[in-house]
Amino acid sequence: MTVTDTENTGSTEPQLSPAGNPMGFGRMLRKEDVRFLRGHGHYVDDVQLPGMLYSAILRSPYAHARIVSIDTSAAEAHPKVRAVITGATLEGLNLAWMPTLSHDVQAVLATDKVRFQGQEVAFVVADDRYAARDALELIDVEYEPLPPVMDATKALDPDAAVIRTDIEGKSDNHIFDWEAGDAAACDEAFAGAEVVVEQDMLYPRVHPAPIETCGTVASMDPITGKLTVWSTNQAPHAHRTLYAIVAGIPEHKIQIISPDIGGGFGNKVGIYPGYVLAVVGSIVTGKPVKWVEDRSENLMATAFARDYHMKGRIAATKDGKILAVQVDVLADHGAFNGTAQPTKFPAGFFHIFTGSYDLQAAHCKVTGVYTNKAPGGVAYACSFRITEAVYLVERMVDVLAYELGVDAGELRMKNLLRPEQFPYTSKTGWEYDSGDYPRALRKAMEIAGYDELRKEQAEKRERGELMGIGISFFTEGVGAGPRKHMDILGLGMADGSELRVHPTGKAQLRVSCQTQGQGHETTFAQIVAHELGIPPEDVEVIHGDTDNTPFGLGTYGSRSTPVSGAAAAVVSRRVRDKARIVAAAALECSPDDLEWTQGRWSVKGDPEQGRTIQEIAMLSHGSLELPEGVEGHLDASVVYNPPNLTYPFGAYICVVDVDADTGKVHVRRFIAVDDCGNRINPMIVEGQIHGGLAEGVGMALMQAIAFDEDGNCLGGSFLDYLLPTALECPSWETGATVTPSPHHPLGAKGVGESATVGSPPAVVNAVIDALKPYGVRHADMPLTPCQVWLAMQGRPARTDLALT
Amino acid sequence: MQVTVTVNGEEHTSEVEPRLLLVHYLRDHLGLTGTHWGCDTTNCGACTVWLDGVPVKSCTVLTAMASGHEVRTVESLEVDGVLDPVQQGFMQEHGLQCGFCTPGMMMTARRLLDDVPDPSEQQIREGISGNLCRCTGYENIVRAVRWAAEHPATEEAPA
Repeated sequence: MTVTDTENTGSTEPQLSPAGNPMGFGRMLRKEDVRFLRGHGHYVDDVQLPGMLYSAILRSPYAHARIVSIDTSAAEAHPKVRAVITGATLEGLNLAWMPTLSHDVQAVLATDKVRFQGQEVAFVVADDRYAARDALELIDVEYEPLPPVMDATKALDPDAAVIRTDIEGKSDNHIFDWEAGDAAACDEAFAGAEVVVEQDMLYPRVHPAPIETCGTVASMDPITGKLTVWSTNQAPHAHRTLYAIVAGIPEHKIQIISPDIGGGFGNKVGIYPGYVLAVVGSIVTGKPVKWVEDRSENLMATAFARDYHMKGRIAATKDGKILAVQVDVLADHGAFNGTAQPTKFPAGFFHIFTGSYDLQAAHCKVTGVYTNKAPGGVAYACSFRITEAVYLVERMVDVLAYELGVDAGELRMKNLLRPEQFPYTSKTGWEYDSGDYPRALRKAMEIAGYDELRKEQAEKRERGELMGIGISFFTEGVGAGPRKHMDILGLGMADGSELRVHPTGKAQLRVSCQTQGQGHETTFAQIVAHELGIPPEDVEVIHGDTDNTPFGLGTYGSRSTPVSGAAAAVVSRRVRDKARIVAAAALECSPDDLEWTQGRWSVKGDPEQGRTIQEIAMLSHGSLELPEGVEGHLDASVVYNPPNLTYPFGAYICVVDVDADTGKVHVRRFIAVDDCGNRINPMIVEGQIHGGLAEGVGMALMQAIAFDEDGNCLGGSFLDYLLPTALECPSWETGATVTPSPHHPLGAKGVGESATVGSPPAVVNAVIDALKPYGVRHADMPLTPCQVWLAMQGRPARTDLALT
Repeated sequence: MQVTVTVNGEEHTSEVEPRLLLVHYLRDHLGLTGTHWGCDTTNCGACTVWLDGVPVKSCTVLTAMASGHEVRTVESLEVDGVLDPVQQGFMQEHGLQCGFCTPGMMMTARRLLDDVPDPSEQQIREGISGNLCRCTGYENIVRAVRWAAEHPATEEAPA
């Protein structure tokens, strides 16, 4: 691995703290590692409470079937079983259905029929894990199988079975139609274009598959009526409100604790039936109840991602000026519409699909349909479907390059937005905050040695060897979002933060977001250090506990640094302002006479006269007489409502070799130049990028959740759903440019999902480029050896269906 | 049935069900929750421990199979307040993010370094290919193992 030039990371070399950490931005080893390295992380399945019971869920073997009867008597007779709960039990509690995040409902336990394989049918609470599983075998369910709808392209056929018979008057599987952009302007651009290219493509259903599966421990105190829930979730405050709404428990009596989370990637945003069932189980038994799903349950029943069938069209001039992009999407949402995204955007942020290019017109139309598959759709580090958008436009640009016979790098360079066009309002309404796109692409091409690679490729082609070079350029939109435009279930997407500086100058920062490995305990302490001059080792970051943190919407969509990070900066500045008044009182001068140098207010022109933030902390808690209206103590709180999204971007280049005999793809190199604005902790930022790049290789080459025509999930274990290991990943070559966000208080943009969003098309473009001698213009992911081989035969497969 | 398992040098005698998986014995019976469970099918490696010095996936080992044998878990890596070079390497090179795969990954890495003290990048990648990580893209794990190879007897623990 070559870490290449990371010039201009946005900050000057900071001073070092007594512990040798940067007094602000810079590489700092992670605070959280101290426990993780010793095996002392505390994850949900590590929670042990006195008298705790264990539970398990009986799931449907069918994708679509009517439930004729459920006999639980044998299970109830098991000596270790404490409760057996079915849909009928829940109906009595008005809990059989719960709201989804997309204004639909989802069955907690099936009552009328099952709608996907793996759907929750019954719930058992027992003395131990093994007994709970044993009891599932004793439940007798009689099903009457119904024809399943497994092919999204046939979901709207007149003869397709109607899945959502629970919705009154529902006679088809249609969920919504939604469009963005200007259809008429787009039609006009296409009508007058010299070149029009069309390409159908599928972004297949994938699953985030964090190594820790989902789980919960629910403990209802029968005396106080307080419900405490430990759960794997990325949004504890939103969960609390939802529990209050779903279960009718008063919100002030609910405490949600997200302890350490073993990876989220969007899989742990929503509330799953198992979480609700554990609460019910605790209420019924009067004991704490643990529920932890197994891997198959995780893959088959929790939030999947993507499943977008896209028909793309691109219009251009003969010399390669791109004029317009148009796309029709068929979105497979599974059996319940449970996508997690801001309310106004049923297709998430997909309509950022104009990407990084200066177009005359753009239009998209998205139709959502029900199928007999697990619900979900917006998950897996996708930035609310920007993953699909980037894939669409970056593949279309390559398809255009193929048809025009021009170099894909040159074509991009010719059409990228220019720096002077920022802030730029896209044809679908996004206001990109800042960027220098050509600089990032040039840098990636330099690191790659692009011209030499093309030369090597030409030589190899002469010899019949298959080598491919793929480029993608992405524009992200993260940090949702301005509450005027963005809410989830009516909850505006602003984040609170509270900062308390204790008398001895040590601080506690409380944030609403929830780390799943992103290193918030370190990065957010660095933000406080940067703003206040308190060493980062003296700042404790408190998160993941709704009783002890302010309200906010959580960590997904790369929103932690853009929203909660901004809140941390602003709250630190408020404390700094308060400290100025206290310092002025102590120095018997006007606050206006003071100036701030790192960690200290001092008299302008007389720097000897001053007080450090630590001295001010003690003074503000002491007997110093403070001016009228200043209450003392050194703390502040804030709610940060972002004025706009931030727009990270980057240029990626992938180099592959393909074995012509087996179709096996070897990713030889991957070059990633990311611009996420100012970098608070470059080490952590790089780590985030590395992880996303591996996800891109996985999605492009290995991962897909397909189904056979009977509705069987073909990706229900790690034996079937293949994730990249260290052997499939190359040594990542990273580089950076820095274009600060003009509206974020730290000039940061967020980076958590950039690489997952940007990397899949680079890998796919590289493989397709390698197959050019075979006349291959497109083949859908995952480009497994089989799919590559089929593409070479001119008959690439539908990767969402079983191979026949 | 009664089993006697030596875990991190300490002998434990317990009454267990014959079907009890080693990972559950370690976690639920002995409270050694540093060993994680992730997949059930020996694919992910989050549950990797040593059985008589050999890394095994404890989700597919019965406790009974470990009876009379020696098990070593992540909790044993730190000795007298000094972190193992592998632990230090993971910290220095940012070889972990969520931390869930980390204990298994480190147990695999420790064995690899015992067998191959100066491994190449390719040897490291092959050595850890039975352990999945979803966060790091493996790059910094490879560097962490290299760090440990280059600092085999570091005395000081990082802060």
